[in-house]
Amino acid sequence: MSVMKRMSMIFKSKANKALDRMEDPRETLDYSYQRQLEMLQKVRRGVADVATSRKRLELQINQLEQQQSKLTDQGKKALQVGREDLAREALTRRSGLESQLGDLRGQYQQLQGEEEKLTLASQRLQAKVDSFRTRKETIKATYTAAEAQTKINEAFSGISEEMGDVGLAIQRAEEKTDTMKARAGAIDELLASGALEDFSGPKDDIQAELDRMGSGPGVDMELERLKAELGQGPAPKELNQGSPTAAPHQQQDTPQQAPWPQNPGGAQ
Amino acid sequence: MIVRLMGEGQLDVAEEDLSSLNALDAELEAAIESGDETAFRAALHALLDNVRKVGKALPADSLEPSELILPPADAHIDEVRSMLGDEGLIPD
Repeated sequence: MSVMKRMSMIFKSKANKALDRMEDPRETLDYSYQRQLEMLQKVRRGVADVATSRKRLELQINQLEQQQSKLTDQGKKALQVGREDLAREALTRRSGLESQLGDLRGQYQQLQGEEEKLTLASQRLQAKVDSFRTRKETIKATYTAAEAQTKINEAFSGISEEMGDVGLAIQRAEEKTDTMKARAGAIDELLASGALEDFSGPKDDIQAELDRMGSGPGVDMELERLKAELGQGPAPKELNQGSPTAAPHQQQDTPQQAPWPQNPGGAQ
Repeated sequence: MIVRLMGEGQLDVAEEDLSSLNALDAELEAAIESGDETAFRAALHALLDNVRKVGKALPADSLEPSELILPPADAHIDEVRSMLGDEGLIPD
């Protein structure tokens, strides 16, 4: 696999683990800034090296100049004491130093120019790095804000999903209620039409009791009337004939006696 | 395709330019595998130069995820090899 793909894959797999560590613009920016600082450091070291070399040249030039003036003095003194040969030697050496000095001065100027250029580059780079740092911090802040916004959005969508669930539950409950209502309505209709018998307990019992109570006296009265017709018992009694508890007792004891109206207060 | 040159920034490289980059990428990979520092340096510089040439630089404040990543121009061969390892540049 290619270098580009492998590097990207490694970065991406890391991104999955910890919020895109290297591809997180903040990390990348910090890394980039770090590299810029290193570069700046290199340039500064370069400036320092050139400055050191320049200083060294300066010292050498000073030494040579001192030597030169010393040889000049020696030449003068040699002439004063009449030693022209010595004076010539001194001047010859001095001219040798002159050419050396010329070379060194040339190198010195070159280094000075180099140093100035490097200092300028260093200053420019410093300004760039400073500006990058500001921009980097702005981008990092923007990214953090965007990330926060994403999280907020996610939270909101999560909430809306939950609300959706609640809505669904309500909907389900409503549907269930409607179904039950429809079913109850259908049963009522079937009961009303007589297609279904109503087996509901208490209502049936009460109705049966009421029916029994309602039919009870009628049956008794009819029985008495039939008995009277056949001459087996007294004539039909009125409903307000007296205490119902006393009636069976009287019927038993005096089956052939006069009817109740003839002795209305007898039992009282 | 967004390509990141580490330490430099992101560039947008057209799909049709990728084949030429792939050839250089393969050279770089071979150099890393053989441990040839000179070949590695030449391949990396050629690859980076080509990306810079064909790619369109993205503004610094854009937040595009990089699809391809390349090591910095001054990266050492061992550094790149460690980047390509399982640990990557940043350990877990």
